[in-house]
Amino acid sequence: MPVDIEVKNPASPASPIVPPVIERKHPEREFVRFTRLQRALHAGMIVSFLSLATTGLTLKFSYTTWAVKLSRLLGGFQTAGYIHRTAALLMFTVFAAHLYDLIRLKREENKSWRTLLLGNNTMVPTRQDLHQFLATMQWFLGRGPRPQYGRWTYWEKFDYFAVFWGIAIIGSTGLSLWFPVFFTRFLPGWFINVATIIHSDEALLATGFIFTVHFFNTHLRPEKFPMDTTVFTGHMPLAELKRDKPLEYEALLASGELESHLEEPQPEIVVRTIRAFAWIALSIGFSIVIWIIYAMLFAYR
Amino acid sequence: MPRSRRRWRAMKLVWGGLGLLLAVGIAAAATASNDDCLACHGDKTMTTKRGGRTVSLFVDGKKFATSIHAAFSCTNCHADLEGKDLPHDAPLARVQCGTCHAEEQKQHAASLHGKAIARGDALAPRCVDCHGNHDIVAVKDRRSAVAPLNVPLVCGRCHREGTPVQANRKIEQHNILENFSESIHGEALFKKGLTVAPNCASCHTPHNILPHTDPNSSIARRNIAATCTKCHAQIEQVHRKTIRGELWEKEAHVLPACVDCHQPHKIRNVFYAQGMADADCMRCHGNHQLKASDGRNLLVQVDDVAGSRHAKVACSQCHSEVNASRVRPCETITHPVDCSRCHEEVGQQYQRSKHGQLLAAGDKNAPTCKECHGTHHILGKHDPVSVSFSTNVPTLCGRCHREGEKAAVRYAGRQHEIIQHYTESIHGKGLLKSGLTVTATCTNCHTAHLVLPRTDPDSTVNPKNVPATCGACHHGIQEQFVESVHSASITKTDKELPVCSDCHSAHSIRRTDETGFKLDIMDKCGRCHEEIAKTYFETYHGQVSRLGYTGTAKCYDCHGAHDIQKVSDPRSHLSRANVVATCRTCHPNATRRFAGYLTHATHHDPKKYPFLYWTFWGMTTLLLSTFAAGGLHTLLWLPKALQMRRELQAEKAREAGESTAPTEKPEAGKDGNHAG
Repeated sequence: MPVDIEVKNPASPASPIVPPVIERKHPEREFVRFTRLQRALHAGMIVSFLSLATTGLTLKFSYTTWAVKLSRLLGGFQTAGYIHRTAALLMFTVFAAHLYDLIRLKREENKSWRTLLLGNNTMVPTRQDLHQFLATMQWFLGRGPRPQYGRWTYWEKFDYFAVFWGIAIIGSTGLSLWFPVFFTRFLPGWFINVATIIHSDEALLATGFIFTVHFFNTHLRPEKFPMDTTVFTGHMPLAELKRDKPLEYEALLASGELESHLEEPQPEIVVRTIRAFAWIALSIGFSIVIWIIYAMLFAYR
Repeated sequence: MPRSRRRWRAMKLVWGGLGLLLAVGIAAAATASNDDCLACHGDKTMTTKRGGRTVSLFVDGKKFATSIHAAFSCTNCHADLEGKDLPHDAPLARVQCGTCHAEEQKQHAASLHGKAIARGDALAPRCVDCHGNHDIVAVKDRRSAVAPLNVPLVCGRCHREGTPVQANRKIEQHNILENFSESIHGEALFKKGLTVAPNCASCHTPHNILPHTDPNSSIARRNIAATCTKCHAQIEQVHRKTIRGELWEKEAHVLPACVDCHQPHKIRNVFYAQGMADADCMRCHGNHQLKASDGRNLLVQVDDVAGSRHAKVACSQCHSEVNASRVRPCETITHPVDCSRCHEEVGQQYQRSKHGQLLAAGDKNAPTCKECHGTHHILGKHDPVSVSFSTNVPTLCGRCHREGEKAAVRYAGRQHEIIQHYTESIHGKGLLKSGLTVTATCTNCHTAHLVLPRTDPDSTVNPKNVPATCGACHHGIQEQFVESVHSASITKTDKELPVCSDCHSAHSIRRTDETGFKLDIMDKCGRCHEEIAKTYFETYHGQVSRLGYTGTAKCYDCHGAHDIQKVSDPRSHLSRANVVATCRTCHPNATRRFAGYLTHATHHDPKKYPFLYWTFWGMTTLLLSTFAAGGLHTLLWLPKALQMRRELQAEKAREAGESTAPTEKPEAGKDGNHAG
């Protein structure tokens, strides 16, 4: 997200580098990467996305016995339809909340849209991202060192805008399928057929991409295996920040703002709950991927 | 007969008259006159001893004078006295009636009675025993011993219970006179005084009396019909329903003779109700121990027959070929009971049916009438306990057609578990669970007797005839169907058109508002409309249907069910005039543009649906390229990520090594390291 975090603990009494002995039994403080709202929106996105994917794919793969069973489990096609549309509303709400958050941030920080969108920590792809992408390819091929990434890597920016694109495309076609009588007041009847294809194929793209590439990029990368919980807890170990986002770390160090971005780790129970939630979401996502592969490759009709 | 007999009689009269004149003339001239004879025989006390008995020799001159022979002289008959002096020697020779009545004499001589005389049977009757002697009057004269009203009495003198003849001679009938007098003939004769009513001689003839075993006898089996029809001239018409008239002559040996039903001497016009012949059969067949040579129990339960549809039918009407003259009348039976004698039309249907064909081919599994209807306890199809009552028909047919039974195992067609499926079908439930006796059962579709396989063009279940068969009850549907595009009368094609059973099945017919049926019907349509069904399943309507829900539009929701027309037909539910209304049944605010939704769209046809085709391929390209890029990126990353993992683990291990080697102290150092 192109957003810098609110400062929760503006003044920490102790230095993070050499903590006093009395605090030694407390774990070391962590870098706060996501705000509470951002975490909540991501969680809301997960819930709505999984619901939409599950209910929608039962229709798309209605020719598999899996779909028939799942549809029964969901309470029939009508209930599945209600779930699908409710989840869609939730996702629209998440989307709207994020846009509202951007506007609020702009107003609070009193920045121009230009600085917000093209500043150092921007979500908008920049020339630097192109360089980093090329450098990354060099690194992949063993022809250079690992690039020094900033707050948002190019693949994170890609994921972010994929959601924008997806919500626009799937959301708009979905609405036309939801209210076909209204939409055919000004669109031809066959538009509904076109909308169906776009809606379902784009959804297939979204689910397929999220549950494979996104999962790998952010959660299942071997060095973070089995799971990167940053987006759920909002916290990131400082060492990881130094390793993965050196540019951001250095910028914070240089500006002296690092201290204001550190927080006590989440309580153990919160972390456990978060892990459980994340594991459920991951499992559902992987099940769907397996189902898609089965339906597309082995049962396709 | 009548003509020659009449001529013969005329001749007799002429010659007799001439002879009479001659005799009288001769008598007057030469011999003793009748008065001479009566001079002695006019004495009432004149007797003689004959065989130890005293016999009167009195001749009543007055009676003789009124007799038919009054004009004759005594010596005309007592010819041996001709020219003799009086008083004459005794005894006289027997009077030979045959001198004048030659024909009667001849018949009598050949008859039962004549032969008995020849044998020397003392009980055998001669002319005089029936006709009397000096007092013989014309048959037409009521005083005649052989006048119609008197014949039974004359015959009855010997042929009644208690007489030496009845006791000592082999006569199979009993109580002859009593039975006759109570019979319809006897009543007519005695009570009503109808002289035209038959008496003994009418059937047995006056002189030519022969036993029924004699083929020339008037009561021989083959002659009985001719004898009875002398009076009952139209009896064939009366019996037309029972026995085809032509058979009376053609198959007299097979058919029951009149007397088999209308027993001799006991004839009543309400004979059947009395069941007299049945009682004769029951003499043996009422015995519980009666067994056939092959061990079959031959007991006939009287109640079975009495309670059956055939209660008023005599045994011998079905078990024809019986011969009542035998001790075992049934021993002459050579054929099984043939129901078609009476049930002619049904019999013809049966012969045409598969069952009949099998029987004709000698198949031992072939069912005959009795396999379905039983034997003596046959009940009508409207009797609830009858095997042919509608609710019992599935069980009846199931005896052979249930899975594993003899008809089912040899059947090579497509229908299986017929009875089970029928029982679970809407017809089966209606009949057996709801008890609706009007519900279709086996026989309603297959007919009861003209059962034919569906391949037979005459079969009621031949595809050509199925709409009419179902339409017998579902008439309104048939009316719609025959006008629809699926009807052979509308669509001329070489392809097979669907009939009721192709969509509704034959034996598993379900309620059409049942979910299972609603979903199955799409596959039924798809059997022929393969492509169009496939494309339907690509739409939302089809996808939901395939998930097993009936909430979205299915074939018949748009096209109709029995009244399907081509979309180009104005009557079609999908014609330009009707399509919006059809959409509105589910989408209340649908517009004409909404109706432009492609309900059978496919993205595989670039010519017909270019928009869909290019959208699909555009999306597919987007998907494939995105996945390819993302996948490649991930794969290239993987080795580097694994390398990083190894370095991190090594670093962690190093840190762990440092923290454990020197006891407590260096922990601060570790913190410092980490932070640094």
